[in-house]
Amino acid sequence: MDAISLLLLFFSLIIMIGAAVYAAIMKDLIFATIGTSLISLSLSVIFYLLHAPDVALTEAAIGVALSTIVFIIAIRNTKRYEDEK
Amino acid sequence: MNVFFIIIMGIIMLAGVFAVIRFIKGPTTADRVVALDNLSTIVVATLIFMGFVFQRFIYIDVSLIYAVLGFIGVLTIARYLEGGI
Amino acid sequence: METVLLYLGYFFVSLGAAFLFLGAFGIFRMPDFYTRLQAGTKSSTLGAMSLILGVGLMQPEWFFKTVIIIIFIAISNPISSHALARGAYKTHQKPLTDTIDAYEEVTEENKNKNEEE
Repeated sequence: MDAISLLLLFFSLIIMIGAAVYAAIMKDLIFATIGTSLISLSLSVIFYLLHAPDVALTEAAIGVALSTIVFIIAIRNTKRYEDEK
Repeated sequence: MNVFFIIIMGIIMLAGVFAVIRFIKGPTTADRVVALDNLSTIVVATLIFMGFVFQRFIYIDVSLIYAVLGFIGVLTIARYLEGGI
Repeated sequence: METVLLYLGYFFVSLGAAFLFLGAFGIFRMPDFYTRLQAGTKSSTLGAMSLILGVGLMQPEWFFKTVIIIIFIAISNPISSHALARGAYKTHQKPLTDTIDAYEEVTEENKNKNEEE
């Protein structure tokens, strides 16, 4: 694996872990949904760099479009903010 | 020309760093969604560029799927903000 | 001919990376939402299109598929930015400076007219 690919791999890993922590600690569920979308975006880049383009394609199709829509519809039917307890 | 690729990738990663900073800071939901949209565009460009670095023609398809489907999540969150869905 | 296409491709890739960086820097630097939207979407759309065109020029057998991706970016990116601006307007985000809101005046007139009828 050459240097440029390794550099991008570490960058995507840092962004993915940061987005996962961000989605876990947010009280506003819309922010957590956007964080989940960022997780699947960087995970798709990681699969791509590890020479698995088919997995990256599936991750891009499902993680960005479908899971965001399902989460948003669920939040719309319940409530937006987590309880303070 | 390996140095050229590393310089271009460094500039694109710096752009990603600025977008992620706005994603963490942004006071409202719309600011975060703008940062996510910009990151999605950056990822489309990055995947095509890495496909050129790897010299694999089939890797372009991932970027094509991303360009077609990537805006649906942003569109859903924007419709939720508007109150429509 | 191939060397000309190669250096043209290097030029377009460099231009695209510079515009992507400027767009992300505009998102980081601008003061309120609408200017951030303006800086982010327009500049990064031009940057991505230019970078993809540069890759297509460097590899001439990939040119057709890169043109398809450019067309999809040119369609999908303005749609999402328009929806975002509309959503932010409906959630009453104010710009930093004082502006004239013609759309609100028109909707107020229509609401009053409907109430009179």
